[in-house]
Amino acid sequence: MFLTDYIKTVYGTLGSLLKGMRLTGYYFTHKKEIITQQYPEVRPVLAERFKGEVVMPHNENNEHRCTGCTACELACPNGTIKIVTKTEVNAEGKKKKAIDTFVYRLELCTMCNLCVQACPSDAIIMANNFEHSVYDRRQFTKVLNLPGSKIMEGVE
Amino acid sequence: MISLESLNRALQHWLQSTLGDPWAYLVMCVLVGLAAITLFAVLGLALVYMERKVAALMQIRMGPNRVGPKGIFQTSADTLKLVMKEGLTPDGADKFLFNFAPFLVMIAAMLVLAPIAFARNFQIWDLNIGVLYVAAVSSIAVIGILMAGWSSNNKYSLLGAMRSAAQIVSYELSAGLAILSIVVLAGSLRISDIIASQADGWWIIKGHVPALIAFVIFLIAVTAETNRAPFDLAEAESELTAGFHTEYSGMKFALFFLAEYINIFIGCAIGATLFFGGWMPFHIGHWEAFNRVMDYIPSSLWFLGKTLFLIFLIMWFRWTFPRLRVDQLLNLEWKYLLPISMINLLFITLMAILGWHL
Ligand code: SF4
Ligand code: SF4
Repeated sequence: MFLTDYIKTVYGTLGSLLKGMRLTGYYFTHKKEIITQQYPEVRPVLAERFKGEVVMPHNENNEHRCTGCTACELACPNGTIKIVTKTEVNAEGKKKKAIDTFVYRLELCTMCNLCVQACPSDAIIMANNFEHSVYDRRQFTKVLNLPGSKIMEGVE
Repeated sequence: MISLESLNRALQHWLQSTLGDPWAYLVMCVLVGLAAITLFAVLGLALVYMERKVAALMQIRMGPNRVGPKGIFQTSADTLKLVMKEGLTPDGADKFLFNFAPFLVMIAAMLVLAPIAFARNFQIWDLNIGVLYVAAVSSIAVIGILMAGWSSNNKYSLLGAMRSAAQIVSYELSAGLAILSIVVLAGSLRISDIIASQADGWWIIKGHVPALIAFVIFLIAVTAETNRAPFDLAEAESELTAGFHTEYSGMKFALFFLAEYINIFIGCAIGATLFFGGWMPFHIGHWEAFNRVMDYIPSSLWFLGKTLFLIFLIMWFRWTFPRLRVDQLLNLEWKYLLPISMINLLFITLMAILGWHL
């Protein structure tokens, strides 16, 4: 009994080892299986859900949807966002809170998407861009609302 | 036809006639030493590159592909980097042993080169106990490894060195038995005799299944003795950082790294010599015409091809199998490889006595 078990172990081991070698041997001989993307020459194909940075989309009239409610600032777990607000007087003479600067510090962001989910007016989204290297870390501090931009009509 | 043999002869003759006896020998020795060092450097560069490419392809990657066409200068660039790095010696280390260990490992690797036949009649030293010499001298490297581990004054280094020593000492047994089985068949310990005995077919073919078993055991033992995955417990990076060479940097690290590849080359060269006939071309019994065609391929190419094939096999192992645990490692040796190779040796002896081999 011992001997049959022994031989069975040896046989089974060799079998499973050869099976593994067959797979790696297959990979070795089939170059088409290579999954490496030649990055700088060949642009990577990213899924749409890929989270690279937070951006604030503007339309062609340089308008965004941000009301300055600071919900994103509160939602952010690591203080990446700083909203500076101002009071604006609109056409009917009513005073209204509006956004002055949306400060986004890329180096602190973990791409957790919480700010995007917290925003009640869908003013910010995650973009696909992942090439963030800069020579000076001060360049990581970005202002997301474009200069001279204002809030879109009808967004409260 | 130009061959390594005729080149060697011509060189020797020229030296003899111009310098006279003692000086010619001396110059020859220096030349051999230089050739060995050059061989080591080239081997190191080529094998590391090969390893990285093989590894990459087996892991569905591309491997080095930036420095030079297809990345062939990658290893040269890495060597340059290592040469320029500072060779640090830790404060608590035993300075002398620490700095001596890499050289000892290297010297052991160099000594084993002596009896290897690279081509027809092209051998540094054809001593009559060639195989025994290889088996004996290759274990000197253990001392170097233990020295490195002990003198580093680092727990990882020491653990790695201990493991390595246990491993090499136990796998030496089955490697020895596998080598012995071919010695039994060939009836000689001299490397040139062993090669000559394979003129009508390599032992792996002539020896039937027992020779195949001996070959597999030999290959496993060589993998273990060179501390390569799946037997790389000595430098298991997930447990021991880098094992016995944790504290080494710069050129001293490079020497350990180089020695590993040299040892693989030598192990595979011995394997090719014993089981695949060394430089002996592929001959089948008495098919004269076929044998003559095979003879047209230079013997050095045969040797190199066989050795590279075995090296490729060992790399294949490395990039396929997961690492063993220490108890599994010793189980494998003492419960499986050793009994099997002992019975196999008995069987081969019987075969040799009764003349069952071709
Ligand atoms: S993605 Fe997360 S970390 Fe980045 S700004 Fe939004 S909430 Fe903060
Ligand atoms: S981005 Fe959205 S959540 Fe943040 S301040 Fe603007 S509207 Fe509020």
